[in-house]
Amino acid sequence: MSTTATAPKSSRHEASSLTAGQLPSWSTWVALVASIVVAALLTVAFGGFNLVGALALGALLFLVVMHVWSMSVEGGRKAVDRLAKHLVVAAFVIALIPLVWVIWSTLTQGLPRMDVTFFTNSMRSVVGQGGGLAHALTGTLWVTGIATLISVPIGLLTAVYLSEYGHGRLARGITFFVDVMTGIPSIVAGLFAYSLMTMLRGPGTQNGLAGAIALSVLMIPVVVRSTEELLRIVPNELREASYALGVPKWATIMKVVIPTAISGIVSGVILAIARIIGETAPLMIAAGFTASQNMNPLNNAMMTMPVFVYDQYAHPGVPVAPYHERAWAGALTLILLVMALNLLGRLIARRFAPKTAGR
Amino acid sequence: MSKRIEAKDLNIYYGKFRAVEGVNMVIEPRSVTAFIGPSGCGKSTVLRTMNRMHEVINGAYVEGKLLLDGEDLYGPGVDPVNVRRQVGMVFQRPNPFPTMSIKENVLAGVHLNNKRVNQATQDELCEKALRGANLWEEVKNRLDLPGSGLSGGQQQRLCIARAIAMQPEVLLMDEPCSALDPISTLAIEDLIQELKENYTIVIVTHNMQQAARVSDRTGFFNIAGTGAPGKLIEIGPTEKIFSKPDQQATEDYITGRFG
Amino acid sequence: MSHSSSSPSTTERQESSENSLVPAKKRIGDSVFKGLSTGSGVLILVVLALVALFLIMQALPALTTSPDLLMQQGYGPFWSWVIPIAFGTVYSSFLALLFAVPVGMGIALFISHYAPRQLAQPLGYVIDLLAAVPSVVFGLWGANAFAPSVNTAWIWLNRNMGWFPPFGGQASGTGRTMLTASLVLAVMILPIITSLCREVFLQAPKLHEEAALALGATRWEMIRMSVLPFARAGIISAVMLALGRALGETMAVAMILSGANVINWQVLTGTNSNTIAATIALNFPEAFGLRVNQLIAGGLVLFVITLAVNMLARWVVSRRAAFSGAN
Repeated sequence: MSTTATAPKSSRHEASSLTAGQLPSWSTWVALVASIVVAALLTVAFGGFNLVGALALGALLFLVVMHVWSMSVEGGRKAVDRLAKHLVVAAFVIALIPLVWVIWSTLTQGLPRMDVTFFTNSMRSVVGQGGGLAHALTGTLWVTGIATLISVPIGLLTAVYLSEYGHGRLARGITFFVDVMTGIPSIVAGLFAYSLMTMLRGPGTQNGLAGAIALSVLMIPVVVRSTEELLRIVPNELREASYALGVPKWATIMKVVIPTAISGIVSGVILAIARIIGETAPLMIAAGFTASQNMNPLNNAMMTMPVFVYDQYAHPGVPVAPYHERAWAGALTLILLVMALNLLGRLIARRFAPKTAGR
Repeated sequence: MSKRIEAKDLNIYYGKFRAVEGVNMVIEPRSVTAFIGPSGCGKSTVLRTMNRMHEVINGAYVEGKLLLDGEDLYGPGVDPVNVRRQVGMVFQRPNPFPTMSIKENVLAGVHLNNKRVNQATQDELCEKALRGANLWEEVKNRLDLPGSGLSGGQQQRLCIARAIAMQPEVLLMDEPCSALDPISTLAIEDLIQELKENYTIVIVTHNMQQAARVSDRTGFFNIAGTGAPGKLIEIGPTEKIFSKPDQQATEDYITGRFG
Repeated sequence: MSHSSSSPSTTERQESSENSLVPAKKRIGDSVFKGLSTGSGVLILVVLALVALFLIMQALPALTTSPDLLMQQGYGPFWSWVIPIAFGTVYSSFLALLFAVPVGMGIALFISHYAPRQLAQPLGYVIDLLAAVPSVVFGLWGANAFAPSVNTAWIWLNRNMGWFPPFGGQASGTGRTMLTASLVLAVMILPIITSLCREVFLQAPKLHEEAALALGATRWEMIRMSVLPFARAGIISAVMLALGRALGETMAVAMILSGANVINWQVLTGTNSNTIAATIALNFPEAFGLRVNQLIAGGLVLFVITLAVNMLARWVVSRRAAFSGAN
């Protein structure tokens, strides 16, 4: 590469044995800028300037140039070390691209429809412009709420069993099958809830409760896992201190062990809700599609926000634009909701963490 | 208050492993009894059987008799929870409840056992326990702050206050000073001298000077080798154990020839 | 004791019978609480058994009916229907791993061993944000924003590197190809790989790392000598868990991939192997009768595949636990 030649043929002066044979600190930046400039010129030469192409090609060029340069001045070991460092940084930058891109697309395309109508109206008899996700919002609240009501007691109590009571075969079996449950694909959870409803109410039954059951299958293992981990962190000394005061085991668990871990448990539950609130596939199958408000989770299909986004995208009318606008606005609402829940969970975990033993 | 403890042919097990065997002794009320001996000889294990904390560990059990004023602690139908309400315990490392304030810590035993006590009695009980633990003057202005904000020595005295607020018959102390600095240790030792006027105190210690300073009677435990059960070699008045013990092993240990 | 009132009021202690060692009755709280918590543990086992049972019961009609009937009322004979989409499931997940594993490990290393310590945690959060984006949003973005943008690059690849078999064939005009879907899948499983790898990298014994550095190793040599060997089993299990997630991922694939019931190794064409999950999601809303049974049977196959992958991951982890004494 030409850049190698233009660079100063390095500081080979033997001023100090500790600093000898190293590239100066500015060399990285010079090589990076030079590579991108050369790459940009190359794209101009081959049919027009292209920013993405220039950056990608420039990055590749930089890796090669820097490696060769370092190899010639600093030797092989140092050069490999530099290459590894640059690759690792590159990996991080690569991961930022989709993140920024997704958030950017959602913001720019979703904001236009983030109006009052969008949150107050349903899609009932809406063709083309207007309409909103009010029905999906209430549906999501119902379904997620019921799923939380089912999952939290079961998950909490199971975690208590595993960390405070379980020792033998049963505990090992439950731990194993909670692991298995973690791996159930979400769509399979939806099929399960649908099959259950088919058995109970006949084929084709879709309702909010079925959706909540599907989500519970996904949520329970998450709650068990996070709660169990937190209960195990509670020092045994506290349990012993409580037993030594003549406190029965159940009261020790309720009044000493759980309160000590409560902030983590609450934050774990919130993070679990954040995980299931964006689930689409199981709800599509178990809760179905509808354009209208449905406040009864026991009867008829119930719309939810992720399914709303999918429906607006996948089954648009003509013209397509208002449907896709609603899909993006729904996606933006969903992202904001999930991020708010995540933030809340983290804040609770950090704010209310008990001061442990003061050292 | 203050009851006598009597052990008769006590064998203590962890699963199949016999940790301690053949303990026979009498612990007098209103006195301090110290257990000394090398590491792993079972002195803490014996202490933990006295309020049935031993069985908190899975698979642990006890053979023989352990009598509290003639009542067998391990008799049929005895509720370990009731035993622990009468036999208080202070642990090696101070362990105040991190979610509770100083006052709540002191009253933890009362509250956790769902006893309904009116506010005035609570305040009185809290002050009495803290005074009993020589901590009142230091914390009386910050009773509602978390207990974990205290120094290590203060935390340990808080744990003692928490134990005596339950008004137990016996107070067990498992190396209560091993995590503390010398000044805090001195404060606890003074406190033990005061507490023995009202309680039966049993203390496990690694520090022979401490045993000599605080105790009226001393029991020496020893172990034949790893995997062998620990044994009570002899128990008697502290001066006798430290000047002319009956057993050669005790003398070897006291004079520092091993352990 | 300095104050004389230390002897507690005896009335207070004698009022209850608690001072006698023998209890009046068995403590109800304890047995109720233990019963409840054991019960919910058992309930989880029951639910899981029900999941398996119901899926099998609802799948059976599709598995036992004659291929001819399935031809008329279903999506065609079961095995010739399920094998192409099973292939698509495994192939797309494999491609996703191909992209996500090196990048995910790189990010984990960046956070654990390269980034300044104060930055490590915020950077971790940034990557975790990716996990907060629901899959339907990834699907929307992939289909409407990502696929149209990368299509130029795919056509270029197809024209100039078509001699490499996976890049061959007739290039798609929409960009909704296997390569696009796998890249989006890769983005979605990235946070799993990153967070699990970061954890094992941080657990690498400090003593070994310092020993390597003290011998004059560069940072990369130190990582190769003392971090990666220690983390190997952890990395494998992270990859397996990510694979399990990719296999079951539904919406992103359903919305991005223009799929068909074929086996196709080419990643840039308009005819791609669909995945099991996407096939179910796309067909379920309109399905009836035997078709529902056939889709549920497909879900059962997916369940078995992910179960096998997860078991393998657990087995690797448990084997590591047995060897951890050596570390």
